[in-house]
Amino acid sequence: MSYHNPPTPPRKSATFDDATMAEIRRAAATGIYDIRGGGTKRKVPHFDDLLFLGASISRYPLEGYRERCETSVTLGTRFAKKPIHLKIPITIAGMSFGALSGNAKEALGRGATLAGTSTTTGDGGMTDEERGHSQSLVYQYLPSRYGMNPKDLRRADAIEVVVGQGAKPGGGGMLLGQKISPRVAKMRNLPEGIDQRSACRHPDWTGPDDLEIKINELREITDWEKPIYVKVGGARPYYDTALAVKSGADVVVLDGMQGGTAATQDVFIENVGMPTLACIRPAVQALQDLGMHREVQLIVSGGIRSGADVAKALALGADAVAIGTAALVAIGDNDPKWEEEYRKLGSTAGAYDDWHEGKDPAGITTQDPELAQRLDPVLAGRRLANYLKVMTLEAQTIARACGKNHLHNLEPEDLCALTMEAAAMAQVPLAGTSWYPGKGSF
Amino acid sequence: MPVFDLTATPLREFNQALHDVKSGANDTAFEVVNPRGHHSVAVGIDAPVVVDVRGSVGYYCAGMNDGGTVTVHGSAGPGVAENMMSGTVVIEGDASQYAGATGRGGLLVIKGNAASRCGISMKGIDIVVHGSIGHMSAFMAQSGNLVVLGDAGEALGDSLYEARLFVRGSVKSLGADCIEKEMRPEHIEVLSGLLEKAGVTDVKPEEFKRYGSARKLYTFNIDNADAY
Repeated sequence: MSYHNPPTPPRKSATFDDATMAEIRRAAATGIYDIRGGGTKRKVPHFDDLLFLGASISRYPLEGYRERCETSVTLGTRFAKKPIHLKIPITIAGMSFGALSGNAKEALGRGATLAGTSTTTGDGGMTDEERGHSQSLVYQYLPSRYGMNPKDLRRADAIEVVVGQGAKPGGGGMLLGQKISPRVAKMRNLPEGIDQRSACRHPDWTGPDDLEIKINELREITDWEKPIYVKVGGARPYYDTALAVKSGADVVVLDGMQGGTAATQDVFIENVGMPTLACIRPAVQALQDLGMHREVQLIVSGGIRSGADVAKALALGADAVAIGTAALVAIGDNDPKWEEEYRKLGSTAGAYDDWHEGKDPAGITTQDPELAQRLDPVLAGRRLANYLKVMTLEAQTIARACGKNHLHNLEPEDLCALTMEAAAMAQVPLAGTSWYPGKGSF
Repeated sequence: MPVFDLTATPLREFNQALHDVKSGANDTAFEVVNPRGHHSVAVGIDAPVVVDVRGSVGYYCAGMNDGGTVTVHGSAGPGVAENMMSGTVVIEGDASQYAGATGRGGLLVIKGNAASRCGISMKGIDIVVHGSIGHMSAFMAQSGNLVVLGDAGEALGDSLYEARLFVRGSVKSLGADCIEKEMRPEHIEVLSGLLEKAGVTDVKPEEFKRYGSARKLYTFNIDNADAY
């Protein structure tokens, strides 16, 4: 009897899926690793895996639109003579002029100012446009020290010592030649058009003892006026937070792996660092163990998209959040109206991540003057302000439903988790139970 | 001339006094005694003050100096004159790691030796070291001049950009993308001027070799992967 092999539908490998095989072919063809912008695209446990419980018989809610729910936050209360007072606990994360166009930076400053919050410089220094349009501007102090000078240090409202970022903890930056325009080159003191490498480590300090001395120097230079933040990527949040506090930070900024970057190796973005959700509780625990929770403020970033995300981050113990990618989307990044041009670039709206190439149809991640002028900084600023206000209203809506008259009154006990992973990471009970993995030693 | 004894006066008061000097002021000279290794002595100067420090200092002395003249009559800890914008800093003794790191302008003179990473990421500063320098000096140095009368340690000028390095003695090894380059008349002229400004009288510029970037790492190339 002959064996008859009936036809079966083609089955692709889960291990060697389309994206994996395409990357193997791309690597073989080009001989260089894939570089892209943005944060991780893989699915990781996130705020979506948490739910608020809301009020019930045991606690009562506040009346929406009638009873106030405060949103303000003060950052830098530990040592700085001039802490930053923000109306809302949603800040704009550091993004460089260079990675972004001048118009995009201006839009971020305008939007943040309209909404009553701060924006942040990036690797490349401070521009006059950015300073002029930002009521509260945080000046990043990075390993490269591009554009660093004492004049800008003094005209900043806060200083953020960047140790790492969520997209690439342990990695430096890169800005490829297409974006090293004459102005960018001048600000960074580099030849035009080269592929610029940013160091991954600060040039004049290494460990936490040195960092303490460095922070003290920055305070002396600025007469102890400015809040000093320390930004770390989501790697070892308990120890990094504790060491930042030990080093004298006023504020700790903690960026999970969903946090974006202007340009980094895809292998780095997807394989190094921890999800934001997994970072918050250890950081808060470190602050609590040191008696510094709320004394040293915690800003969480990496994948914050909505007021629900804001409320969840705050409920887990953060004092504020920062947004980067979401702010770019609000001002027009990856907008479907540019779909035809995204397709010409081999991408599609929603997936475009070749920010390093400087060809952004939306005029945001580019230094091309013609593309950059597509972004109206006034209109884009208004859009960002609208978005920030919606997020704030959403967070207030949730907080009122939980009976809180300030966003900071949200607690982990207001939350439950949908998955075991999220329950373990956020240390809140799995929905319908009073248990999370690790509780009670098992 | 105001004299600050750092065993009796908080460092904050001294640095504040420097920051309070107004443009055009007559009293611009300061003396510091008993620095005893204090960190951040005379940081953030933004006026043409003259500071004499009688003794040795810790980290970041004269950090971000913009226009001041600071002389340390002793040795300096790590990061002396880091990110200097303009002015002059003279160390009569030795300097520790990262001397002149990321400096953008001005002149740093070290009359003794400098440890590792001297001139790291320098961005326009001129550094003259009468003695020798340690390993990884001028790492990712972008612009400015580093002059060494003695020897240089391992991996000099690794990943160098456009800074010019002049070494009179031996170089233990060159870092990635750093090569010896021709000493042309314009380099002799620059070097002569720097030696004169640094108070070096008994040494000729012709005794130095010049090192700079091969510029092979300026754009990514997989065939250079071993150097990254």
